[in-house]
Amino acid sequence: MIFEAILLTIITASTPLVIASLGELVTERAGVLNLGVEGMMIMGAVGAFAVAQMTGSPYIGVIAGIVSGAVFSLLFGFLTLTLVANQVATGLALTILGLGASGMLGESFVGIPGIKLPAIAIPLLSDIPFIGPILFKQDIAFYLSIALVLGINWFLFRTRAGLKLRAIGDSHGSAHALGINVIRTRYLAVMFGGACAGLAGAQLSLIYTPQWVENMSAGRGWIALALVVFASWRPWRVLIGGYLFGAVGIAQLHAQIIGQEFGIAIPAQFLSMLPYVATVVVLVLISQNRRTTLINTPASLGKPFVPDR
Amino acid sequence: MRIELERRPRASKLHALLSPLLALALTVFFGGLMFMALGKDPLSALYSFFIEPLLDTWSLHELAIKAAPLILIGVGLSVAYRSNNWNIGAEGQFTVGAIFGSILPIVFAGWQTPLTLPMMLILGALGGALYAGIPALLKAHFNTNEILTSLMLVYVAQLFLDWLARGVWKDPKGFNFPQSVTFSDAATLGPMFESGRAHWAFAFALIAALLTWIMMRFTMKGFQVAVLGQSERAGRFAGFSSRRMIWFSMLFSGALAGLAGISEVAGSIGHIQPIISPGYGFTAIIVAFLGRLNPLGAIASGLVLALTYLGGEAAQLSIGVSDKVTRVFQGLLLFFVLSCDTLILYKVRLVLAGGKSEGKA
Amino acid sequence: MTEAAIVPLLSVRKLTKLFGTFAANNGIDLEIMPGEIHALLGENGAGKSTLVKMLFGVLSPTSGEIVWNGTPVSISSPGEARKLGIGMVFQHFSLFEALTVAENIALSLDDNVPLSKVAEEAAALSRQYGLPLDPSAHVADLSVGERQRIEIVRALLQNPRLIILDEPTSVLTPQEADKLFETLDKLRAEGRSVLYISHRLEEVQRICDRATVLRHGKVTGACDPKSETPSSLARMMVGADVASVERDQSVAIGAVKLETRNLTVAARTPFAVSLKGISLSVRAGEVLAIAGVAGNGQGELFDALSGEFPQADANAVLLNGVPAGTLGINRRRLLGASFVPEERHGHAAVPALSLSENLLLARSQSDRAAFLSGGPLGLIRQGTLSDATKRISAEMDVRKASIDPPAGSLSGGNLQKFIVGRELDRQPSVLIVNQPTWGVDAGAASRIRQALVDLARSGSAVIVISQDLDEIFEVASQIAVISEGRLSAPYPAGEMTMEKIGLLMGGMHDGSNHPEAAHAH
Repeated sequence: MIFEAILLTIITASTPLVIASLGELVTERAGVLNLGVEGMMIMGAVGAFAVAQMTGSPYIGVIAGIVSGAVFSLLFGFLTLTLVANQVATGLALTILGLGASGMLGESFVGIPGIKLPAIAIPLLSDIPFIGPILFKQDIAFYLSIALVLGINWFLFRTRAGLKLRAIGDSHGSAHALGINVIRTRYLAVMFGGACAGLAGAQLSLIYTPQWVENMSAGRGWIALALVVFASWRPWRVLIGGYLFGAVGIAQLHAQIIGQEFGIAIPAQFLSMLPYVATVVVLVLISQNRRTTLINTPASLGKPFVPDR
Repeated sequence: MRIELERRPRASKLHALLSPLLALALTVFFGGLMFMALGKDPLSALYSFFIEPLLDTWSLHELAIKAAPLILIGVGLSVAYRSNNWNIGAEGQFTVGAIFGSILPIVFAGWQTPLTLPMMLILGALGGALYAGIPALLKAHFNTNEILTSLMLVYVAQLFLDWLARGVWKDPKGFNFPQSVTFSDAATLGPMFESGRAHWAFAFALIAALLTWIMMRFTMKGFQVAVLGQSERAGRFAGFSSRRMIWFSMLFSGALAGLAGISEVAGSIGHIQPIISPGYGFTAIIVAFLGRLNPLGAIASGLVLALTYLGGEAAQLSIGVSDKVTRVFQGLLLFFVLSCDTLILYKVRLVLAGGKSEGKA
Repeated sequence: MTEAAIVPLLSVRKLTKLFGTFAANNGIDLEIMPGEIHALLGENGAGKSTLVKMLFGVLSPTSGEIVWNGTPVSISSPGEARKLGIGMVFQHFSLFEALTVAENIALSLDDNVPLSKVAEEAAALSRQYGLPLDPSAHVADLSVGERQRIEIVRALLQNPRLIILDEPTSVLTPQEADKLFETLDKLRAEGRSVLYISHRLEEVQRICDRATVLRHGKVTGACDPKSETPSSLARMMVGADVASVERDQSVAIGAVKLETRNLTVAARTPFAVSLKGISLSVRAGEVLAIAGVAGNGQGELFDALSGEFPQADANAVLLNGVPAGTLGINRRRLLGASFVPEERHGHAAVPALSLSENLLLARSQSDRAAFLSGGPLGLIRQGTLSDATKRISAEMDVRKASIDPPAGSLSGGNLQKFIVGRELDRQPSVLIVNQPTWGVDAGAASRIRQALVDLARSGSAVIVISQDLDEIFEVASQIAVISEGRLSAPYPAGEMTMEKIGLLMGGMHDGSNHPEAAHAH
């Protein structure tokens, strides 16, 4: 079934976008703008690949990817939260350093065949026709992405800690005056964002294309950032947006084949541009509505905070 | 133990000067540790990374060649960042500048006059500016975040260049190499000195830095950049238009990136090929920050960052480490620059458990 | 006095807070008895906020002792303060606009009370104290008065024994303030104590049992406010007599300088107020004061008058008879108008830039010939700029550490004097000022008010938008009130009473909002 196959590839292509974007959503809900998603993702990818190679276990690799992303994000946290450095510039620095460091760390892995994470079939559910193989015979990253959407939604809107995190994102000054520990919460939010980006990276190097290629994140971190804006900081919309973006990425592959059938040779480069162009177009459409953007954006996003003591 | 910040009553001029130097020192120190971790003798590795490239004429020329695009782009970015417009797509503007400028020597290869080269440079700057005009338009009229759009457009530009070099612009007599025809002499940026390869782009960079510094320091335009960059509201009160500043800063930085692109192609490479930049557009972000967003500072920092490229190549040859260390050095440098900048606005103190504070820096 | 009989609820001994070398609080002594309303008096910058932040655990003292109910305590966080029984109502509210009322309240409760229960309790409590609240409303949609109620209910929910209120009436209409005083009486009757921070002397005399006065971070007096006079209290606060504004009753009223005709502006952002058909006119020699509670369109009115956001209709604003509605701020300046916005940092001035640069900020086009050269190049003439900076600083007595320091290094009062002086130096024929003395010390405030009155006396028209009713009565020749984006008719200052202003602030319009009617007095 071709349709089923296409859906499966879309899901695999979308999952890293969804995961990384969810992590950034939590970070931004706490009022921190971390533009280093691309860097954390690629560090997760190389960390996951390396550890999977060394241990032979792709699952330990996944954990390593998560840890790499989280640890790497601490650099960002230290600079922006403790030293109050400019968040935009520090995020860029994280990306530049991540791309460089991963290139160096991964150099010896170039060309080595990777270890692919196997799919896990959920008993009974995976036997449901059509839906079963698509939704219940997936890899761990997919299951985690769904769990994250549910979990983050619950956390943000149903728990006291989530309420505090949203409060910090709305006004860090007021939160501090009420005795909420702004900096500690933000560190945790930044690390959560890093962990998610790392997991997304692990998905890339262990599932999507199980090998190590330099710069293999190919701008997905940035697309994940755009996705947060697209989703107006709501977990469910990240899921929807993620699949739309993933579908665009897959569409380019199929467009070429379809084009050839009709005798039209669309150059591969133009098709590869599609996800990036689509991101720009979507950003423009979203930002058209200034009112919604203003209401949804966490009010203290990107602003420096120095507590008085 | 924790770190506490106390805002200085006013920005420290001393630390503004010291901070880039301190950042450099920290980068070298941690670079040494990194070489040690790689199993190399740190001192000799650092020597071959940072000192050796400065010792002969050939490599000084290479330094100027690599510094030229970094300074040109960095100068433009420092203006854009000061005005709070975050153009991070200079790599794309560099690429499009190169493409625009190359139209003459590739499509109109027969037109070889003294005007050819100046026209190419103008076209290059125009191309870069137009390409930066896209995120400018989107920000000014649709309120779209320029960081993401300018960056997405980098990928688009690079893919377009790839298509040109492998497709329509491929030299039919080029044995199927993905390359255009080689530019004629009339379309080539000549060397500045007899002694080596360094071409006029380096002079352009110095002139651009100087003129931009004068603009920023002495004219209303520079004042507008400073005011709007710090507070859009105060800028509006002064009667300055932040929308026009978006256009100005994006087009200005785009034009310089485009000029860097065509200069690189017409000066160093001599034809169009799929990849024309080792990430100059991104490295120039570091140049801008290390230069403290000051156009003259960008000259010094451009030279330092150019040295990291050369050092990477040298270290690969002499001690056999990957030239990827270059990017790591560059990333570390930006991190330390941003950390050290904290000292300009804040006193940093270490607080030991128990609440007693010990003054420091 | 009473120490032998009753243990003070709170006593503070030799409390000191240093910021670097600056002593914001220097050896403060304070005692609050159970069941009393205790006033903490002092002008801006006297150290009141620092002191209460230490009592509420937001700041930690450098030295000194806080004794609660006879036991020395160290309050290291607001949570601990709440546990002891201290509640706090902040001046600049510590509320979250994007969250609901119930969520805001839940955030200050320590234990995990479910949100639905919080909403219930809050509703019950707000009824009990006459402070109506809708728990599911978003704070962004609420008025300033309603926001204060949230803060008070939030504090009361903890059943505190001491409630600290920081300048609570500065954002209220006189009638709302009366209601607040009733609530405070109830609290006192229940045996709770209140620490009431204010610089409004009449209020303090009316409701407080005892007062402690701060000046420059030190206690300068403790007294029973009812046995003092406003001027004796003022002397304790300021340390010297503050010059009252001198006015010349027989100012010649000239031609109309500024006029708006049915000025209507839609809200630019979801949080802004729209202006609805504002018609006003100010003549040479007049000071028109516009009173109103914060957030009723004052900022929007200023923006519309200044031309920072021009109108579509040229005749909406007339400057010296010229239709100026479509003109930007610099074109309006060229027609003789000058503007002083409310926010000093980041609107009227850029903190990181020097004073001379901040002078250029406002006058680069109106005084182009003086400050710029080189035609289209726009070269900045440093020399004339620093001369003008010196002149303005001397004229307005601006105290600064060096010749041309960054604006951000000046105190609020000195920076405001410079900003006002920057405009007066142009001899504008129309001056529009929003909150001229907000957060400014008494000396600077008196000087600025005098300057405004003098400018009108010299034949200019002045509009003063202010929340400070004392200030309004001090400077105004005409008074109008803005409420929800509508402006009342102007009344001669002599005919206006506090009560009438209060009714107008609450939106009770008398239907005579027409310039013709207004001038028929």
